[in-house]
Amino acid sequence: MGKKFVGEPIPRVEDHRLITGRSQYVDDIVRPRMVYAAILRSIYAHARLKAVNVEKARQAPGVIAVFTGADVREAIGPVPVASRLPDLKIPKHPVLALEKVHYVGEPIAVVVAGDRYLARDAVDMIEVEYEPLEAVVDPERAIAEGAPIVHEEFGTNVAFVWRLSGGDIERAFREADVVVSQRMVNQRLIPVAMEPRGVVAEYLPGEGQLTVWTSTQIPHLLRTQLATMLGLAENRLRVIAPEVGGGFGSKLNVYAEEALVGYLAMRLGRPVKWIETRRENFLSTTHGRGQIAEVEAAVKRDGTVLGLRYKIIQDLGAYHQLLTPAIPTLTGLMATGPYKIPNLHVQIVGAFTNKMATDAYRGAGRPEATYWLERMMDRIAGELGLDPVQVRMRNFPQPEEFPFPTASGLAYDSGNYHQALRRAMELVGYEKLRQEQQQLRQQGRYLGIGISTYVEICALGPSPALPAGGWESATVRVEPTGKVTVLTGASPHGQGQETAFAQIVADELGVELADVRVIHGDTAIVQYGIGTFGSRATAVGGTAVYGALQKVKEKATHLAAHLLGEENVANVAFEDGHFFLKDNPERRMTFHEVALAAYLAKNLPPGVEPGLEATYFFEPSNFTFPFGAHIAVVEVDPETGDVQFRRYVAVDDCGRVLNPLLVDGQVHGGIVQSLGQALLEEAVYDESGQLVTGELTEYAIPKATDVPWLETDRTETPSPVNPLGIKGVGEAGTIAATPAIVNAVLDALAPFGVQHLDMPLRPEKIWRAIRGA
Amino acid sequence: MGRTIEVTINGLLYRHDVEPRLLLVHYLRDVIGLTGTHIGCETSLCGACTVLFNGAAVKSCTLFAVQADGAEITTIEGLAENGQLHPIQEGFWMKHGLQCGYCTPGMILAAHQLLSRSPDPSEEEIRRGIEGNLCRCTGYQHIIEAIRYAAEKIRVTREGGARSK
Ligand code: FES
Ligand code: FES
Repeated sequence: MGKKFVGEPIPRVEDHRLITGRSQYVDDIVRPRMVYAAILRSIYAHARLKAVNVEKARQAPGVIAVFTGADVREAIGPVPVASRLPDLKIPKHPVLALEKVHYVGEPIAVVVAGDRYLARDAVDMIEVEYEPLEAVVDPERAIAEGAPIVHEEFGTNVAFVWRLSGGDIERAFREADVVVSQRMVNQRLIPVAMEPRGVVAEYLPGEGQLTVWTSTQIPHLLRTQLATMLGLAENRLRVIAPEVGGGFGSKLNVYAEEALVGYLAMRLGRPVKWIETRRENFLSTTHGRGQIAEVEAAVKRDGTVLGLRYKIIQDLGAYHQLLTPAIPTLTGLMATGPYKIPNLHVQIVGAFTNKMATDAYRGAGRPEATYWLERMMDRIAGELGLDPVQVRMRNFPQPEEFPFPTASGLAYDSGNYHQALRRAMELVGYEKLRQEQQQLRQQGRYLGIGISTYVEICALGPSPALPAGGWESATVRVEPTGKVTVLTGASPHGQGQETAFAQIVADELGVELADVRVIHGDTAIVQYGIGTFGSRATAVGGTAVYGALQKVKEKATHLAAHLLGEENVANVAFEDGHFFLKDNPERRMTFHEVALAAYLAKNLPPGVEPGLEATYFFEPSNFTFPFGAHIAVVEVDPETGDVQFRRYVAVDDCGRVLNPLLVDGQVHGGIVQSLGQALLEEAVYDESGQLVTGELTEYAIPKATDVPWLETDRTETPSPVNPLGIKGVGEAGTIAATPAIVNAVLDALAPFGVQHLDMPLRPEKIWRAIRGA
Repeated sequence: MGRTIEVTINGLLYRHDVEPRLLLVHYLRDVIGLTGTHIGCETSLCGACTVLFNGAAVKSCTLFAVQADGAEITTIEGLAENGQLHPIQEGFWMKHGLQCGYCTPGMILAAHQLLSRSPDPSEEEIRRGIEGNLCRCTGYQHIIEAIRYAAEKIRVTREGGARSK
């Protein structure tokens, strides 16, 4: 079959509506008689609520209703957490606070008014009497003796202790020539999708149906959870993810507001809209990262790493959101990275703090793992006087060792790690750069070369490993006119699956891209699905599309044989949109003719149902493991501490590529978010639990001027896990780039004897380190 | 308590009574119904709400609707002419200059101002020209390529037009 589309840099089919301003995000949705909600949030990180007085607000102009926690406690169930760890402490998480507030930004009351201005006015009229309590913001302090307790009922801030071991870690350390250890911080980050969250809800009393439009990555999972929270039958609840303006994990959740706005719509009998302000987005949409690690490596003089021991503290925040406790366990699973390190011990302590919950943020636990390990590789190289490349090459498994078993219990599907690193070194001109670095140092100039080799766990994932199933679904529906509609359970929000899936369909069925329409994000139209996260949409969701296509083709071939009067189905071939007899290619029918015949149903083979569509649920047998090598080259100005990029080279292997434009886009975006973490971003709470970086003024996400030109390249090692050979690429950049950039800066600072600095590496921190040296 | 304003938006004249505190961006979105102009911060930091205001790119969340009295405004919906994409829109499409699309209308209009001032911008100039517009998805590189594509396309069209005269 001719492959016209898969593998080609096809401009996206979804773009036209987006570049002409005609797409519909949540805030663009208007319903008749719609009213607006605004939320009063706690200004204290930890306080008892003595009284919430809403009388004045109720009397305010345009106000329709005001509700507090006490008003809705019976009607709306708690905000759910899906992950289950042994002995996990799960605090009650009401949608509006009851006796206590536990973080700044926690919802206390909601106002509904005729327009958004009036709703916000009335929020300011609610009087709350707080009894402030001492807050705990530092996770290390939180788990120490005598710390204020976030949830008194537990008597501790330790939510869980999770351990993972493989091999014989004690022996590794006994046999080591050298032990290298480092304490490091992976700071809290704020995802900052450019579209804040928002919800519109409408109740149709006649049908008894609640429709919730919300900016989410997981419409179906959300529907199930909301049905439970609201006590609604799941088939009376319709969740629609309209155009979604970025998520990065922050919309992979079930939020209090989603249930609350649904409830308001039912209770008031009018459509209700709530749109998060950017300030609210900073305060009360999930944060990411927030790990502290002490890492010890047992190494041989030649750079062989025998074992790794991690003691990790995860800052959870005050409550569990959907996956909060699960995120750091991914760090544990990936703790040996792309290396053959047979002995491992990981201990993760989850600490409650009086802050917003952490949860998935692009990479979700894997950037942390890669950062710890890639920093360690450079520290090891430094201690042993080896080149960082040498240490990495020495510890890579060989290509023929795949599927490669790790000490954490995974089986990496396929890989050639040496090749990716060699390619990156070639592109950047590694040897020459090292020479130049020496020469520049003579002149008092500080060039730094930072390497990061990574492997990530993607295509999440086999169902046993995920709380709500890890398969994905697709329906391929051939319409009577031969147009093809795809219903995918994935929920793209920028990744471009409307295009990627159309490419698969067009090639498989021999139709044009324009003949294919991909529909997603509406639970009333699309069969149950899992959603978009963990670089799974194409690898798992695309495979589901592929599987459905095979079923459609099989049926169509059967029908074509019948219509062509051929007894032997094996004698019917399908190519470029035509069915024909292999031994008599003149006898042929178009795909369109067969589709129409399937619906007209005048002449079907016995036992064959009319119509031409198929649904396929794909359950992957394993995760996929994309990998690659990134090299950052920077120059640090010793006078100012300023970091200037010279080069940035990324070689990624995400398996088979459906559309290189989309892959490059994902890689670029990921690298730049990484750059944000390495150099700019940090969610800072002060001691009393106020979010100091609560606006875009204080929290710097990268601007166009902060970013160097990115040189991307690829190797292509197909995954054996799915028939398309896809691995996934959504998070590669974010996972790889942070340590590459930090390693580059620290490499530049090596002459000053600086071994490690915690992120973000802003000029002042670098300048101080140079001065301190 | 309202005030009457007259504003030309995408070539059409509108007359409305508006509250003095109504932000221009809310006027465009909620009153006129042109929702292509997005809101990412309401505090003039993200650029999602960028429109052309008497030809200059402004953040429409920093203006009140009353300040637009007598102004001519172009929003993203008004950029394509007769169904023909503007070269900048085409550039964003061809070069994959968008992912979620939320920053895109503002980004395109910021690029519009940049190209009207500097028809053949360098990479550096483009980066500076869109510095006030945040994008969390693309890493900006494809946006830069999109703007270069547009610059080239506009140049070729102009030269072609000049020759045919
Ligand atoms: S919404 Fe106007 S600049 Fe962000
Ligand atoms: S494309 Fe998503 S913010 Fe720019």
